Amino acid sequence: MSELALKGIQELRGLLESGACSSREIIESVYARIQEVDPKINAYLKVDVESALLEADAADSRRSVGEKGPLLGIPVAIKDLLNVKGQSCSCASKILEGYISPYDAGCVAKLREAGAIPFGRVNMDEFAMGASTERSAYGITRNPWNLDHVPGGSSGGSAAAVAADEAIVSLGSDTGGSVRQPASFCGCVGLKPSYGRVSRFGLTAFASSLDQVGVLSKSVADAADTLGVVAGHDSRDTTSDRAAVPDYGKSLDGSMKGTKIGIAEEFFGVGVNPEVAERVRDAIDFCVSLGAELVSVSFPHLKYAVSVYYILAPAEASANLSRFDGIRYGNRVEAEDPVTLMCKTREAHFGDEVKRRILLGTYVLSSGYYDAYYVKALKARALIKQDFDKVFEKCDVLMSPVAPTTAYRIGAELDDPLALYLGDICTIPSNLAGGCGLSVPCGFSDAGLPIGLQILGPAFAEERILRAGFAYEQSAGFQSQRTSLFNV
Amino acid sequence: MNEKAPDLDHVDITYVAKLARIELSVVETERFQTDLDAVLAYIHQLNELDLGGVEPMSHPTPRKNVLREDVVSRGADREEMIRNAPATIQGLVRVPQMMEEL
Repeated sequence: MSELALKGIQELRGLLESGACSSREIIESVYARIQEVDPKINAYLKVDVESALLEADAADSRRSVGEKGPLLGIPVAIKDLLNVKGQSCSCASKILEGYISPYDAGCVAKLREAGAIPFGRVNMDEFAMGASTERSAYGITRNPWNLDHVPGGSSGGSAAAVAADEAIVSLGSDTGGSVRQPASFCGCVGLKPSYGRVSRFGLTAFASSLDQVGVLSKSVADAADTLGVVAGHDSRDTTSDRAAVPDYGKSLDGSMKGTKIGIAEEFFGVGVNPEVAERVRDAIDFCVSLGAELVSVSFPHLKYAVSVYYILAPAEASANLSRFDGIRYGNRVEAEDPVTLMCKTREAHFGDEVKRRILLGTYVLSSGYYDAYYVKALKARALIKQDFDKVFEKCDVLMSPVAPTTAYRIGAELDDPLALYLGDICTIPSNLAGGCGLSVPCGFSDAGLPIGLQILGPAFAEERILRAGFAYEQSAGFQSQRTSLFNV
Repeated sequence: MNEKAPDLDHVDITYVAKLARIELSVVETERFQTDLDAVLAYIHQLNELDLGGVEPMSHPTPRKNVLREDVVSRGADREEMIRNAPATIQGLVRVPQMMEEL
């Protein structure tokens, strides 16, 4: 294997532009790395190297006639709920086994226009419902820093693939933290853009008012470049915003001067492990040493975030997943009449966590319960948004832990759904309010597991969080630390 | 439908599963009953909040109707879309009989 797979977008672009390597060679290197390490990690569900090589050749031809671009010729691993025309898209569920996408998702179409190559389908919790990738119907993915631990989730395959250098960069999705939390667990960068920044067309819907396509990468600059490519309006998603896409790379000036960092103590008091809290506080102090200013803020409704989310997300999911009925696509259990067919198909081919959330969502929307749960949660959501509005009157970004813990052992949280849900408390608020968030590596636990610093911003303030994340990353230096499990 | 006041502490799993079109096994029914009752007990914390006068927020970016020009465009390819159907007949999706014969 050549060392190309170990590099990020910035370095590969230099090599491609100088002619020192080709896109074909990058694909070959990444593929060799997958063959070498993925038997241990299981980040990939499927890899079609032949078609990727053809696309790489096309990218190399585009370059040979003078085209340039931040992602031209770069392979991107795709979470298994984003549609790529002609490839499988199972959402890690048995119910969509054998499904072949008839079209490209909006973000995938933008990747192709830019000459990037969708390469490989990466594992996830079934329909993005989970936080450990243990709820995939196609086997668990392991954390590249310690194979006995989970990679986080639901974009666990994306994070593990990037962290193990078997992907250059990956697209995931974040409904309640599903990009930021696995990035924190695997020691890579995770970016959740603002709601409406990236088209959700072709992203299999989980909770439509919360879902957003995100990026998992080896550096903040790589995340910025990838967002620049996938962001922007798409007429096929009415919630995608028409705001112009900035040149995110330009905001990365390496400086933290003048940045007002908000700290809300509530984010450190929600079951956050002392080791995690300490590393995150150290990281924030380090930002101050780089010229940032600390502002104390409060977030009084944080403790309600999990309750609000676990009413609203299942409610939306119960409606969205009604389309998986065994009629038009995927697996079917035949029966005498259509209703029995649907009931038996959904029973046989949905996993436990998906059923649990559909049931919860159906319950809170059912007659007699709608006002008691759903409407109440919508009102509490408004209070969480107000907390953010007040916070961002006083500061530019809010810094906190990403997750209360480091990556836990495989199997540790499978039996207690509520414990699992509480792990999302630091990431959920940003989805509820529609803001943007970034997870940047900020150190390791004594056991050698990565810890992430969360940088939150208001809607459409990606430049702010990327600038702060980049300045921190460049000085702190954790992005260069790679897992030693697979030294080449 | 429901004459009695809604029971906010216990999910009627059998009824909800019927609405959700999932035929649960006995074991699953018991397990989900325990799980969901525990989740409900937790989310009752929302009752502490004074929500009087708060407008429900169903969406992060409220939008009015988003319209497009009424122009003809090419939709999805029928052949390609139907290829994913589990059972087809003469280019249509096949399902079990829905209506009684007259």
